[in-house]
Amino acid sequence: MLDNGDKGEIMSDLEGFREEVRDWLEANCPEEMRRPMQSEDDAVWGGKKAKYSEPQQLWLDRMASKGWTVPEWPSEYGGGGLDKAQAKVLQQEMKSIKARSPLQSFGIWMLGPALLKYGTHEQKLEHLPKIARGEIRWAQGYSEPNAGSDLAALMTKCEDKGDHYLINGQKIWTSYADQADWIFALVRTDFDAKKHEGISFILVDMDQAGVTTKPIKLISGKSPFCETFFDDAKGEKHNVVGELNKGWSVAKYLLTHEREMIGGMGSGAMRPAGDVAVQMLGKDEQGKLADPFLRTDVVRFEIDGLAFMSTMERVTDEAKAGQGMGANSSVLKYYGTELNKRRLELMVDSVGQDGLEWGADNDVAANWLRTKGNSIEGGTSEVQLNIISKRILELPSS
Amino acid sequence: MAMVLNEEAGMLKDAARGFLADSAPITQLRELRDTDNADGFNRKTWAAMAEMGWTSVLVPEDQGGVEMGHVAAGVIAEEMGRTLTASPFLSTAIMGATALSRFGSEGQKGEWLPRIAAGEAITAIAVDEGRKHNPSSVATKAERSGNGFKLSGRKSFVAEGHVADMMIVSARTAGGDDEADGVSLFLVPINAAGLSIDRIKTVDSRNFATVTLDGVEVTADAVLGEVDGGLAALEAVLDAGRAGLSAEMSGSAQQCLESTVGYLKERKQFGQIIGTFQALQHRAAHLYSEVELGKSIVLKTLQTLDAAPDHAAMMVSAAKAKLGQVAQLAAQEGVQMHGGMGMTDEFDIGFFMKRVRVAEALYGDANYHAEKFARLRQY
Repeated sequence: MLDNGDKGEIMSDLEGFREEVRDWLEANCPEEMRRPMQSEDDAVWGGKKAKYSEPQQLWLDRMASKGWTVPEWPSEYGGGGLDKAQAKVLQQEMKSIKARSPLQSFGIWMLGPALLKYGTHEQKLEHLPKIARGEIRWAQGYSEPNAGSDLAALMTKCEDKGDHYLINGQKIWTSYADQADWIFALVRTDFDAKKHEGISFILVDMDQAGVTTKPIKLISGKSPFCETFFDDAKGEKHNVVGELNKGWSVAKYLLTHEREMIGGMGSGAMRPAGDVAVQMLGKDEQGKLADPFLRTDVVRFEIDGLAFMSTMERVTDEAKAGQGMGANSSVLKYYGTELNKRRLELMVDSVGQDGLEWGADNDVAANWLRTKGNSIEGGTSEVQLNIISKRILELPSS
Repeated sequence: MAMVLNEEAGMLKDAARGFLADSAPITQLRELRDTDNADGFNRKTWAAMAEMGWTSVLVPEDQGGVEMGHVAAGVIAEEMGRTLTASPFLSTAIMGATALSRFGSEGQKGEWLPRIAAGEAITAIAVDEGRKHNPSSVATKAERSGNGFKLSGRKSFVAEGHVADMMIVSARTAGGDDEADGVSLFLVPINAAGLSIDRIKTVDSRNFATVTLDGVEVTADAVLGEVDGGLAALEAVLDAGRAGLSAEMSGSAQQCLESTVGYLKERKQFGQIIGTFQALQHRAAHLYSEVELGKSIVLKTLQTLDAAPDHAAMMVSAAKAKLGQVAQLAAQEGVQMHGGMGMTDEFDIGFFMKRVRVAEALYGDANYHAEKFARLRQY
């Protein structure tokens, strides 16, 4: 236990840090990066193929120089070396000046945490700083045409050729693979072992003839996902993360981060559903939202949203206090994505027929259609319910 | 504030769970029901709760309390929800203590708070008059009489009204029946002339009262807070109670889930443990998620009540609405998944379904609080 003197000192240290952060952000965050993003295209994902505006580049470089694109990673790997309390301060101060995120990527959200846990020192040194600086954009090679919910049924073949591996097979639903530089992939390295025990986790450079991608057009008309083909692609031996044939553990750990990322999408800096509905439809003479049935749906949604955000906060604080439960990421994924689908249904209800115009600048319809994938990608809602019943409720399997 | 229980609250939770499991399990509620106990709760258990300081969690230290706050009160209520322990905790230790400590005069505090803390006085809140909760709809009249007031009207569904030593009664000192202004609160001692109390038994094996006031005379000192401006104080008191009820429902929902999952692991049909069936697993897993959300919003609300009691109304309504829905889901899914056994009086799950139905209706059901939430959100 800390006595009050210690607590006071830590608090004042934190307040000192807050002032430092505030001053630095004020001096270094370009004006343009304090305005809300107009579309998905304004987000900075990094990578060799990325093109930035001048303020985007400046903001990314400055934040990366502080390690604040990945505030909690160790500084030797390009991070800021901040503890959770400091990282929260940074987040709060960025929010208070409406600063955009300088960089977002699967490298930060998914591969980074897995490398920090399972990677060797050399692997971390090679890959993490490039993620932190936005130099390399990563794709996720998990699902295959015949390995969706049953992910461990994957068949992409990875053969040992002495000084390297040879990879053949097909991945599907690889997000933005056409814009990525490297891919972290699950491959089968032992065809004789049980299905969970012959899988390895490997990092592959996509800049080679053996790797090709093809965008998949979705119901939204957009193509955020690709098919990725490996035809005699080469993988370096030192790029296997974790032990050979033990990749399933790495895969599962990474999935918990993916679930939290997808689950959290529904609780971000979105305009409250009630505000959008009022703006679109107005109020009646009693001051109530003009569509009474929609009003009921909106209020139930907002209450569930509050309960969900409280849960996100509680899970984070419990983890900090060492009381967390791993399978809670499944609760967040399940509930967060179902909520996000509800949110976009309410959005379409609010915008009305105007929201159903195809093309033009109609984000509402595209976003609405996109959310339908939220409860499928990263493990379907049904898979999350399976995990909850097995891991948390400990219900027997048949 | 971090959304975890601090060490003190964590210890209180453990102590409460242990005590209630030993001294006030559901068998106690069954016995109270089966013997038609006139109090509807066990006085020895209540005295033990007072001994442990539970009656003084919201009483200030200078009035003999321990003033641990709403998170602590909620922890106790939540554990009582697990065992369905009947007691005047909500009406007295939460609502009575909140009413007096926040809005009482020095004289009123001195008269009642030390007795509440000591477990020597039970208080009740007489607010509703119709079939649904509506605190601003007040037809009960308080007419000026001498230097005091004369109260006439009828109050329904008064929790602990049949055992209270003092009742906090809302009555109209001005305005029409449904106006927000013109409502005042009065502390009415139980032996006041013209006060008649009829005990009613409810579906959850607990007791409420119908209270008739027939020209009950009180002095000006009996006014709690401001004349004509009592509704805001009443709402604050009700919000403390609603948060406590939400915590209780959270405890009940958790217990329903645990009992049901336990049953799924035992019961065999078609030669298998029924918990292996995915149709049931998914229902249980969905319920688990809802129960977790319920726990979170309850803790957030209790913390808000402690940190900023004047800005807690929206969170309280969200919590009461959410827990009303979650607890009913837990109880109803519980009965369904217990199959035929869930319909028997022998199994406890039915007791939970009956209690959470009452808790859901009390001080505003989920629809009432959804409506209130929308109004506070200005749509």
